[in-house]
Amino acid sequence: MNKLELQKTAVEVRKGIVSSVHSAKAGHPGGSLSAADIFTYLYFEEMNIDPKDPKKADRDRFVLSKGHTAPGLYSALANRGYFPVEDLLTLRHTGSYLQGHPDMKHIPGVDMSSGSLGQGVSTAVGMALAAKMDGADYRVYTLCGDGEIQEGQIWEAAMFAGHRKLDNLVVIVDNNNLQIDGAIDEVCSPYPIDKKFEAFNFHVINIDGNDMDAIAAAFAEAKATKGMPTAIIAKTVKGKGVSFMENNAGWHGKAPNDAEYETAMEDLKKAGEALCQ
Amino acid sequence: MTGIAAGMSTCGKVPFISTFAMFAAGRSFEQVRNAIGYPHLNVKIGATHAGISVGEDGATHQCNEDIALMRVIPGMVVINPSDDVEAKAAVKAAYEHNGPVYMRFGRLAVPVINDRPDYKFELGKGVVLKEGEDMTIFATGLCVVEALLAAEKLAADGIDAEVINIHTIKPLDNELVIASAKKTGKVFTVEEHSIIGGLGAAVSEVLCENCPTKVTRIGVNDVFGESGPAVELLHKYGLDAEGIYNKIKETM
Repeated sequence: MNKLELQKTAVEVRKGIVSSVHSAKAGHPGGSLSAADIFTYLYFEEMNIDPKDPKKADRDRFVLSKGHTAPGLYSALANRGYFPVEDLLTLRHTGSYLQGHPDMKHIPGVDMSSGSLGQGVSTAVGMALAAKMDGADYRVYTLCGDGEIQEGQIWEAAMFAGHRKLDNLVVIVDNNNLQIDGAIDEVCSPYPIDKKFEAFNFHVINIDGNDMDAIAAAFAEAKATKGMPTAIIAKTVKGKGVSFMENNAGWHGKAPNDAEYETAMEDLKKAGEALCQ
Repeated sequence: MTGIAAGMSTCGKVPFISTFAMFAAGRSFEQVRNAIGYPHLNVKIGATHAGISVGEDGATHQCNEDIALMRVIPGMVVINPSDDVEAKAAVKAAYEHNGPVYMRFGRLAVPVINDRPDYKFELGKGVVLKEGEDMTIFATGLCVVEALLAAEKLAADGIDAEVINIHTIKPLDNELVIASAKKTGKVFTVEEHSIIGGLGAAVSEVLCENCPTKVTRIGVNDVFGESGPAVELLHKYGLDAEGIYNKIKETM
């Protein structure tokens, strides 16, 4: 896909996030929207995947370590053709396969169940290690929240990944600077995030995580990096694309009401139209 | 380690991970529950140094809670072998089973009781080691040999105890538990684990619902352990043959 197509797709992914969380009357729009460009790039450009064969052995893997932003992942998967986009409206409903957090047993395209924060880098490391053991060339991507990296297990896994030189692993940190209780540097600062990953023997790339060109360049650089895993520190805007949600921690885990939903969808419609000019 | 194993298993590996029971089941409980149990991944956990027989390291390292913790995870198989023959067989059975398995091993060298040509390990099947009419002793792990010795002492007093080795605590051999309880009418459970949540609890749950029988649970009595040589601790906590014998005599 070219940049414009990716940008348009990201708008559709954002619409799916807003619609599903609105329908669920619960969920986490803020961190889903901040990472929407990354989800889009991964599933529409970067990863070697096949929606018709979600379990194919040599596929690239993705672990959503910040599992509460499942609406972003689900919307990307649905728009990519893993399951019907209409199903997004069943998110978090009783009996729906679209669980509140990713469930690999029931959702096509989900490579690992996740949601208990701090665990995703470990499971992604396990996948990357398995690939190395088998001499397979698939790559493994995992997305963490910047609040999530306050969890100690993240760094245990990072130490192991650096030690084992897992250059088929990319850890992306969605650095939107907000967690449920407020600014991450006020709650318990993980900064400097880049220096920390460097100290754990990662190749580190700092980017604007809402800029498709920057995202593309970072993943290309990660792929070209040998002998060490890559960490992409993606500076993003929480709630990106929905005017009243942007940079507002209050939208970490809250669903829009009907009026707010209309406003949000209008914002996204305009963003889509602007791209068609 | 637990999370990495989970990830590896999604790529077709059958990871065996191992550390002290305190850390495998205790520290990593939530990783086991969410990263292995919830997606029902094919990971095998070999937990070592379980129970008070860790000995001198003391209470911080003596895990008397792991069976309870692992048993409550849906789909988890829990095995506590009684000697090295059974431990080896359990590892093979765990490999052949598709799904998560928790294997509980001790540190203390224990007498070999299963070294016989017809020995066969069947996951989820209890083993009648001695038939009896007056009472049933269900034992697991290193307490199995102690239960056998206790049964010998009881025999000298004219009490005919049935001794059953429950190497698989989950899934429990309900059929055998119920049949033996019906036959003898008196049940004792023996384990080097808290009396809460382990073998005693599992047996009690099955009998309560199917065949109400008086059950006496012999185990670590809702206390922490302490430092000391393993054999001395097993004696002090009433988990050797003498302790089991005394408790049974007292109860009867």
